[in-house]
Amino acid sequence: MGLESALGEGYLTTKIDTLVNWSRANAAWPMPMGLACCAIEMMAFAGPRYDVSRFGSEVMRFSPRQSDVMIVAGWCSYKMSHAIRRIWDQMPDPKWCIAMGACASTGGMHRCYGVVQGVDNFLPVDAYISGCPPRPDAVIHALMKIQDKIKTEHSVMLDT
Amino acid sequence: MSLELSEPLQRVVDALSEKFSKEVIEVYQSTGITFIRVDADSIVKICYFMKDELEYIYLSDLFGIDRYTSEERFEVVYNMISFKEGSRVFLKVRCEEENPEVDSVYEVWPSASWNEREVYDMFGIHFRNHPDLRRIFMPEDFRYFPLRKEFPLLGIPGSIELPGTTPDTE
Repeated sequence: MGLESALGEGYLTTKIDTLVNWSRANAAWPMPMGLACCAIEMMAFAGPRYDVSRFGSEVMRFSPRQSDVMIVAGWCSYKMSHAIRRIWDQMPDPKWCIAMGACASTGGMHRCYGVVQGVDNFLPVDAYISGCPPRPDAVIHALMKIQDKIKTEHSVMLDT
Repeated sequence: MSLELSEPLQRVVDALSEKFSKEVIEVYQSTGITFIRVDADSIVKICYFMKDELEYIYLSDLFGIDRYTSEERFEVVYNMISFKEGSRVFLKVRCEEENPEVDSVYEVWPSASWNEREVYDMFGIHFRNHPDLRRIFMPEDFRYFPLRKEFPLLGIPGSIELPGTTPDTE
């Protein structure tokens, strides 16, 4: 069968934090905030060739209330920023954010009056991806970095 | 410079200079395109003529130009197509830097509505008798006109509001 046949009779000891973080890290459901051409690469990241379901993030949720990681893919105008922030505020804690590509990270080539020069002006971004657009494996890399980050978090406190 | 006009364009230029001899200011060619500059006050009359008599029924585009530091700084260009002739005509009008105003051609081609809103949004040119002259791209409370040459490329810091970074507590 699976794990239990390898271990035989017995038990494991672990920390609650480790268990919670392990399960969170391997089920980080993305909120696809596809704003421009990066969204196409984000679809490839979820598709069968790159297959992000190996990392437990294949469930693209179009409802912010069911998602954990927001992937901002593409350039963000000032008008759009308000909608993005509202969606971000509707996501339940704990939540993480990936700024995908040059435009979402810094404004990129859209160095002009209508485009926010980096979504970190109004969102707490955890991982930035360079590239225009980044390859799907770069998005997976960012997701793995976020998994590393999740695994170092301390969320359970002993009530004494 | 002599003009090289295709047959349908020659008909347009002839008809306009016959019927609107006072209003047609100049006809010139640049990069293979023929422009007909007319008097701004009679643009609606001329557009009706173009549509009804010459069958330029489709307004393909309408845009503004900032001729910064020139006399009569702003220019509005009307790009219309006749499917019958298979030809395209560019009409131009100019207006002053102070309170630029042009008559709206909404009543001729209703599709001009959003184009005129865009020109208003970007250059601040007012269109008289436009049914709904609001900004179309920039936020309603934005105070500047971004495609004017004196507007800085990166915008004016703080002129457009960013969302707050703390969620509403209510």
